[in-house]
Amino acid sequence: MTILALAAFVGIGSFAAGLLGSLTGLGGGIIVVPMLIYVFHVDFRYAVGASLVSIIATSSGAAAAYVREGYTNVRVGILLEVATTAGALVGGALTGIIDPSILKILFGLLMVFTIYRSLQPRAEHEILSTPDRWAARFRLDSTYPTLEGRQHYSVRNVPGGFVLMFFAGILSALLGIGSGIIKVLAMDQLMRLPFKVSTTTSNFMIGVTAAAGAGVLLHLGYIDPTLAFPVMLGVLAGALIGARILSRANVKWLRQLFTLILVVSAARMLYDGITAVL
Amino acid sequence: MTQPEARWSDHAVEQIIGRLLQIGVLLAAAVVIVGAALLLVNHGASPASYSEFRGEPSELRTVAGIVRGAAAFHAAAIVQLGLVLLIATPIARVGFTLVAFILQRDRTYVWITTLVLILLLFGLVFGRGAA
Repeated sequence: MTILALAAFVGIGSFAAGLLGSLTGLGGGIIVVPMLIYVFHVDFRYAVGASLVSIIATSSGAAAAYVREGYTNVRVGILLEVATTAGALVGGALTGIIDPSILKILFGLLMVFTIYRSLQPRAEHEILSTPDRWAARFRLDSTYPTLEGRQHYSVRNVPGGFVLMFFAGILSALLGIGSGIIKVLAMDQLMRLPFKVSTTTSNFMIGVTAAAGAGVLLHLGYIDPTLAFPVMLGVLAGALIGARILSRANVKWLRQLFTLILVVSAARMLYDGITAVL
Repeated sequence: MTQPEARWSDHAVEQIIGRLLQIGVLLAAAVVIVGAALLLVNHGASPASYSEFRGEPSELRTVAGIVRGAAAFHAAAIVQLGLVLLIATPIARVGFTLVAFILQRDRTYVWITTLVLILLLFGLVFGRGAA
């Protein structure tokens, strides 16, 4: 294949991935990497580099829309970014050491977890009102918009959330993903932030985490300009258009398609990784 | 006169940050598009293969090398410069958040944000990760 043909096909595929990722709210990175590996026969490391760069674009583009709505908790975001950026630097250093077959197994397991989480009903938990010691120390409690006006919420289990965020950072740089699923898990389940605050703050943090990892991958030579440009432009265009048509789209059908892609990719990743290791 | 604390409220800061992120991404995309067009015109017909990892040449791995290459109008370096601008966008966001916390005289968060900024710049400038 020529560079022109590859750029065109990768661009179209990335556009579809960005569109699907933004419409389902599950992000594009987790399907961009398997697409590059299995459809375009790209080496795992080049795929991770190109995917991580595209994540910065979509996170920064989307975060702009969310912060204006007043859901994002900037203090929680910045505090936890200490953990995610440190994790991303560690993850970047580990990419050169860990065998890509092991990383494929890890990727497959994360996809299985993503499928599991996306199938669970999304119930809003009770909003806490009494501050925890760490939350008070770092003044993390805030308010968020509801139908009855801005409601106050408290944050708990800051150390637990911090540790989980460190691992989210490692996975982001190792696998070229935003690891939003783990970030939301830390904030929603452990720290008990309202769900909408968790998802918007996660999106706000993804770009910073990915930037830390991408800096390291750039120095390792994982970011190839010829491969990265169609991925970045395609995913960005797909995500921007996805955000515009979100209210009109049939999300249920798209989520099923996304789950199907994840199931097939996860099976392939796990099979490849395990057979290569054995 | 307005108090700095009131003028630089969390919400006002978020608004400016949102705008900054959009401008950064659009600028990065514009540079990437220029480099990509040049790359396709010059090398579009060459064969492409990424099935084997070779790693990028050293001049496309460091910020200094990329800036030199882009100044010499090398297509791949211009694309790479756009990608570096993209990586720099969230870093600039953290930098702006730091300024906002300084204006709010929020010492705890000035330190926390400085730490995030150091970690980010370390990754981009030295890129050795934690090793």
